Amino acid sequence: MEWANAVVQGLLLGGLYALLAAGLSLMFGVMRLVNLAHGALAIVAAYLSLVLVQKAGMPPFASIIVVVPIMFAVGWLLQSTLLNGALNRQALAPILVTFGLAVIIQNVLLAVFSADNQSIQLGDLAGASIHLTDSIAIGVFPLITFAVGVLVIFLLQQYMARTKSGRAMRATSDDREAASLMGIDNKRIYALATAIALGIVGIAGTFLGMRTQFNPYFGDVTLIFAFEAVIIGGLGSLWGTLAGGMILGVAQAVGAQAYPSSGVLLGHLVFLAVLAFRPTGLFPKVVNG
Amino acid sequence: MSALDVAQPGVAQVKRSTRASYVGLVVFVILIGALAVGPFAYLTKGNQQNLVTLFIYIILGTMWNLLAGYAGMVSIGQQAFIGIGAYGIVYAADIVGVGPIVAIPIAMAIAGVIAYLVSFLAFRLSGGYFAIGTWVIAEVIKLLTTQIDTLGAGSGISMTSFRGVKPEIRIATVYWIALVSVVLAVLVTYLLMRSRLGTGFTAVRDDATAAATLGVNVTRSKRIVWVVAAMGCGLAGALLATNTLNVQPDSVFSVQFTAFMIFIVVIGGIGTIEGPILGAIVFFALEHWLTDLGPWYLVILGVIAIVMVLFVPQGLWGLISGKGRISLFPTGLRLTTPADILTKGTNLTINETS
Repeated sequence: MEWANAVVQGLLLGGLYALLAAGLSLMFGVMRLVNLAHGALAIVAAYLSLVLVQKAGMPPFASIIVVVPIMFAVGWLLQSTLLNGALNRQALAPILVTFGLAVIIQNVLLAVFSADNQSIQLGDLAGASIHLTDSIAIGVFPLITFAVGVLVIFLLQQYMARTKSGRAMRATSDDREAASLMGIDNKRIYALATAIALGIVGIAGTFLGMRTQFNPYFGDVTLIFAFEAVIIGGLGSLWGTLAGGMILGVAQAVGAQAYPSSGVLLGHLVFLAVLAFRPTGLFPKVVNG
Repeated sequence: MSALDVAQPGVAQVKRSTRASYVGLVVFVILIGALAVGPFAYLTKGNQQNLVTLFIYIILGTMWNLLAGYAGMVSIGQQAFIGIGAYGIVYAADIVGVGPIVAIPIAMAIAGVIAYLVSFLAFRLSGGYFAIGTWVIAEVIKLLTTQIDTLGAGSGISMTSFRGVKPEIRIATVYWIALVSVVLAVLVTYLLMRSRLGTGFTAVRDDATAAATLGVNVTRSKRIVWVVAAMGCGLAGALLATNTLNVQPDSVFSVQFTAFMIFIVVIGGIGTIEGPILGAIVFFALEHWLTDLGPWYLVILGVIAIVMVLFVPQGLWGLISGKGRISLFPTGLRLTTPADILTKGTNLTINETS
């Protein structure tokens, strides 16, 4: 039953990975930009929430209401100042610029907050759980995280499918020039996509900070886990990303159950196995959204 | 360099060498000679160890440039091969017992074989996802290495085969090995890029589809570059181990190395042989001047790198050489047309020389 418990915990963890991966997936889907600063930005959100909770005394969940608009604005500014410029230059520019950005963010965080582990205190909620059987207990907080992950994916998909700007994003994704001829302002659409992506990163980072201890170096693994969820699930499919996150979560939880230090390794190996045998991912979908 | 090299009136010539490249060759030979005698004359032990670090940076920059600058592959996982090289030399030299010098090619070979094997996974991704994919592979190799007790598991391993050797002899030996290594690394890259293979790589970088239709085997070319770059990084890792005598998994497998490679190449100039050499020297100097700043040093480097990518994409070497008009290591061919051909429209005879 310990194994069943590990699987359940892993599935719930997948909700967090899907939250972390959704923004990465969105930016790649809309403008073929792989944001290597994605993980570092999630950690920025965690620190923002930490400051709001510790210095301003906000309740942890309420801090999300402040963090998300800030990250949304950061995303808009980032895209319209730096990334749109990078996209117009040589092919390697976006990768190099976002990598440079990740290095900058990580080291600014190190300078300001040091390398000490931090955590956002949840109080009673941290230990609260629902006992399904004697050995399977579902933590209330992981359950909330999972529910938020599913909700965000659902809303993002509805947004892409049903709204005017969502349609514009898909059009730009399919054919940039044609979309531009139809009167779509690509630069504005890109800025909006990155703003939404970072808004979701804001939620993801805050939940990450509430779930586990973190420090500035956490951006690296965060990026890697988000990326693995995207690839396992299949490019261009948001529900696939959720499934990918859950598979990664289960692999890590089961690995950790088998041998405490090998959870992350088993997650990587599952990712590599998918790459070897199903390189398009398990739930591929060509059209975004 | 036959009689054809002498300009003949009315004949256009395709040639590679320029006056700058002859001057450059002479300067480099003198410089290498001066560096080679350094330990006998003017270099202290500390100087030599610092120069080994600089040589390692030049090798790393050259290898990353080979990947990204020539073959268009941005890897964030080259630390995998640095780590393999560092562990490889300690394993071969100390545990197998072949001695440190023979152990270097063995370490490089291990890096090359592993690179060849993982290329079949990594090459399923492209662009930015290839970048993160190589990083995951590096993490897996690090995690697997730390499971091996013979290699010291999580706590690392010390290199012991230099024990009993006088420090000044050890340091000078490592210095000379590093000097030979850096010359070979640059030379191999240069010759590779001049070859038919190199022309193919450039074609692949500029337009993979067009290159493929012209008969360039894209995947094969990329795989060769990938393996050579991994062996070069393995060499750098082996030198690192001989210079510090201590191999820590979190240190040799650190993604920071790849960040350094990117800074070196972006600052110096991507896609040229000279760029990474210049970039490594600048990076080495910046590291010494700014190291007291702690994390802000990397912040400054990150800002410089972004500014270079966006506004000076040809790098410092590009600025100095006037966008490639001066080339110390010319890889491309250039056409020299006597003015009278252009004006009189005489028959154009092209003689290829090197």
